[in-house]
Amino acid sequence: MRQNKDTFHKILRQVRPYGHILVISLVFAVISVALTLYAPILVGDALDKILGKGMVDFNAIFDILKKLALIVAINGIAQWCMNLCNNAIVYRVVKDVRTKAFSHLQRLPLKYIDSHSYGETISRIITDVEQFSDGLLMGFSQLFTGVVTIVGTLFFMLSINVRISLVVILITPISLFAASFIAKRTYVLFKRQSEVRAEMTSLVNEMAGNQKTVQILGYGKRALSRFDKINEELRKCSLKAIFFSSVTNPSTRFINGLVYAGVGIVGAISAMHGVISIGQLSCFLTYANQYTKPFNEISSVVTELQNAFACARRVFEYIEEKPETEETENAKELGAVDGSLKLADVSFSYNKEKELLKNLNLEVKPGQKIAIVGPTGCGKTTLINLLMRFYDVDDGAIYFSGTDIMEIKRDSLRENYGMVLQDTWLKSGTIAKNIAYGNPLATKEEIEEAAKAAYAHSFIKRMKDGYDTVITEDGGNLSQGQKQLLCIARVMLKLPPVLILDEATSSIDTRTEIKIQDAFKKMMEGRTSFIVAHRLSTIQEANVILVMKDGNIIEQGNHETLLKKGGFYANLYKSQFS
Amino acid sequence: MYKLMRYLRHYKKEAVTGPLFKLFEACFELIVPLVMARIIDVGIRNNDLTYIIKLGVLLVILGVLGLSCSLTAQYFAAKAATGFGTELRHDLFAHIQSFSYSEIDKEGSATLVTRITSDINQAQAGVNLVIRLFLRSPFIVAGALVMAFTIDVKLALIFCITVPVLSMVIYGIMAATIPLYQKVQKGLDDVLLATRENLTGIRVIRAFCMQQKEKEEFEEKSNAFLALQILVGKISALMNPVTYVIVNAATIAIVWGGGLQVNEGVITQGEVIALVNYMTQILIALVALANLIVTFTKAIASGARINEVFDLKPSMASGERKEAKKEEVILEMSGVDFMYQGHKEAALSDLNVVVKKGETIGIIGGTGSGKTTFVNLIPRFYDVSKGSVKVNGIDVKEYDLDILRGKIGVVPQKAVLFRGTIRENLLMGNAYATEEEMIQALKNAQAYEIVMNKSAGMDTLVSEGGKNLSGGQKQRLTIARALVRKPDILILDDSASALDYATDARLRKAIAGNTENMTVFIVSQRVASIMQADKIIVLDDGKIAGMGTHGELIKDCEVYREICQSQLSEEEVTYETK
Repeated sequence: MRQNKDTFHKILRQVRPYGHILVISLVFAVISVALTLYAPILVGDALDKILGKGMVDFNAIFDILKKLALIVAINGIAQWCMNLCNNAIVYRVVKDVRTKAFSHLQRLPLKYIDSHSYGETISRIITDVEQFSDGLLMGFSQLFTGVVTIVGTLFFMLSINVRISLVVILITPISLFAASFIAKRTYVLFKRQSEVRAEMTSLVNEMAGNQKTVQILGYGKRALSRFDKINEELRKCSLKAIFFSSVTNPSTRFINGLVYAGVGIVGAISAMHGVISIGQLSCFLTYANQYTKPFNEISSVVTELQNAFACARRVFEYIEEKPETEETENAKELGAVDGSLKLADVSFSYNKEKELLKNLNLEVKPGQKIAIVGPTGCGKTTLINLLMRFYDVDDGAIYFSGTDIMEIKRDSLRENYGMVLQDTWLKSGTIAKNIAYGNPLATKEEIEEAAKAAYAHSFIKRMKDGYDTVITEDGGNLSQGQKQLLCIARVMLKLPPVLILDEATSSIDTRTEIKIQDAFKKMMEGRTSFIVAHRLSTIQEANVILVMKDGNIIEQGNHETLLKKGGFYANLYKSQFS
Repeated sequence: MYKLMRYLRHYKKEAVTGPLFKLFEACFELIVPLVMARIIDVGIRNNDLTYIIKLGVLLVILGVLGLSCSLTAQYFAAKAATGFGTELRHDLFAHIQSFSYSEIDKEGSATLVTRITSDINQAQAGVNLVIRLFLRSPFIVAGALVMAFTIDVKLALIFCITVPVLSMVIYGIMAATIPLYQKVQKGLDDVLLATRENLTGIRVIRAFCMQQKEKEEFEEKSNAFLALQILVGKISALMNPVTYVIVNAATIAIVWGGGLQVNEGVITQGEVIALVNYMTQILIALVALANLIVTFTKAIASGARINEVFDLKPSMASGERKEAKKEEVILEMSGVDFMYQGHKEAALSDLNVVVKKGETIGIIGGTGSGKTTFVNLIPRFYDVSKGSVKVNGIDVKEYDLDILRGKIGVVPQKAVLFRGTIRENLLMGNAYATEEEMIQALKNAQAYEIVMNKSAGMDTLVSEGGKNLSGGQKQRLTIARALVRKPDILILDDSASALDYATDARLRKAIAGNTENMTVFIVSQRVASIMQADKIIVLDDGKIAGMGTHGELIKDCEVYREICQSQLSEEEVTYETK
């Protein structure tokens, strides 16, 4: 409960900038409800002036109808204005919250991103935000109008006749009970349905998603029989869920019919005794028709609100997730750098139970080429994470050009690196834009030059629109090797003092790779570079080869000395040719 | 959508009786205002208490009848709709199983998955709604119109004007908003895409210090999205107020006209009330219809997408032949050309290859040289554009596909495992494999240690996509899965890329040693992996640049020599030729 209150305050804070619109919206809501309820009374009054042949008071009717026309017109405008206000609030709040969530994404530590699935984070920024604002604000305005309608109807009914009002008040709650009774039953059925659906989606995802593998294994028929089993299960529980949920409307309609009949009988008897007029009876009948509606709406709104609150909580949780540590106050911008690096007693682990890097020491002179080899999970990628300050060291320090990187502004530090990772990342957009990523001001010539250096020019030229070819999300229409070439071109354009290549050429054939390495060599003249590679041929020329195992550097030296040493590296190297 | 209607063929009874019962319900509902008019005109006027109660009971009976008809209709609708969905889903899944690689390439796995899951759900919901409600609303409108005519022809003319005006307004608003809603959906997709891209590329974005730029881009997208939402909101916010005003204007006209007619003695006061009631019923029916149209257009769009998949006919038909000849030559390609659909250049041209039973064939070449395409022709995943591929002396097109592929074990580049235990995954390769056979396959694939190291052994659960295993582990298990098939031909398509050299070497040795008579194709980027093959095929730009043993190729094949030089040291190259 306290949690809800807390969330509610946070929501209020989001809505506050639009508080004035909210107030206007509520005013329009009250006007609209009042007029909607008042109209049947006027119609009833007019009907009372139509008694029978020759007994019609046209003057009175004309006056009433004039009034009615005015009220209807005002009501129409009020309703429209209310809708516009609600739209304005909902859409703007969504936008605000989403922009905030997105900005937060740029400040979150990688630790958070790495430990949460993309799907989860995306659903917080997209789906949860949407549901929260839709459910909450629409739910709120429905709840408000619903309550006003109920109170207003009661007021108008009681002011006309108490006895008939009692009929309405007593029978209507049955509809509420019926609705909530059915809702509870169907909830279970729908839950079951969505479970089976999830099961089906996951099977289809695996089978249709890996259709080629299914064919390789000749698994199609067996897949189909598995599919059929779930499909049959789905049919059974869908039938139940759909049927029971569709019982709600007829049931409430039936109860509404009972109210109508009750008002009809009691009202007619009252009219017979002259307690109410026929026009008032007609007015009651209209109310009876409308009265159950807000009740039903409110009951559905309550679940919607609960859901919206849950979504809001998730969104706020995410937005309040601790961002990267603040930069220290005297964090510096780096000026000219020499590209030297020093790791002093660095220790680091992703989680406390499992130590990864222990007291790591390393000194890299400007212009050196450092290669890192070792089995999977030995800490190669971790080292890069620390150099780039994607993660902060637990203990010890890293010095970049003589300055502790904790005292350098993150952007300033990262600007000095050029990084190509094995997992290529491209943005949807043109090829040219992708190469110029990080250098938006690069000219066309510069872009082409970088592409040529990365041996990407020839395949780009062959594409439909050359450099203006739009690539889809994550370069879906390019081969893995081509994607790597583009990522390399991107770094070639940047010309950083320090280069980090993490399996950057793993999908490129060895002949092209050699050429690219020549290009890198030229480019990296006098610059420092770190290379992680599987293929030992790519690293033989390194000044220093670090052999890592279980978070430690176990061997260090150049190719020849390590071979002579006959240790881990030598074994690894020889195993290529056994 | 109409094409899909054939899936209702087993549910004709339900699809007809459903709407029929809905019509009955509507009839009962339409009688209610008339009964009320009698209560007012006869019961109250004549002070006839028994008459009032009699008709009151009649109202309740009408309600009960309406409820039971409605429930029957809902049940039939649910039954027909779920039946429709189930059969459609089965057929679509089965249809996808019949696709060859060309169709899968064309459509993309991800789309196929959404077709089977969300699109069919959408279509099913559409069918359910059509049966339940689509006929009801027009019927209520028409019925109310007819009833109005039975009461008074002149006043019925008001209905004749109002109904078309109302329909046009509703139709106009829908026609204006539906395409806009599609744009809104597209805008949401953009926002979603931007979020996902920023998540997957978070390292690159930070490395290039582009956070601020990304934020600005997102803000821009959000603003465009907001503007669109507000625009649509403005139009659709008109719906309720405008319909409200029109109906009330009609009510005013009815009251005024009714006054005139009553004054003339043509109709009674109760009948005017009935007319006002009918007007309200028309409004409710039309609004319900409008809400329905949204779901309905979605269902139609989904239906069209489903049909697209059905229209995609498998481009290859299975042959009839079940038996193979016993031949010394296991594979013969003569004059083979191959071109991917929609590509301008041939992926393979003029291939002539003869492979004897039991040989090991290495295939090497640069990225995009056609290695994978080459091996995909053997199990007939694609059909050649020209020439022929013969397995055991018989053209692959003559084989029954299941028989042909049953002879072949393929390990694709991307290692795909399925959710389930390791044992279940192995059994997917061969449903009849014994425990010993599986263990032997695991041993040969160098994967036995993976199983041994897990406490659950063969019952270790593999999560979806094999996420709980490393790349190398996945590759070894997929190789084991192929070996369990005891294939005549084993194709390893760069499937050891994540293994270190030592394991790779042991793997090749085990396969060569323990599988006599098996013909093995090894596709690789690494010279070391194929150096010892009986025959090496060097591919360059889709053509055979050389074919022979390592020693022969080193002498005669320029391309091969370059590849070797890029990977091995000088001594190693020449050493091997000795």
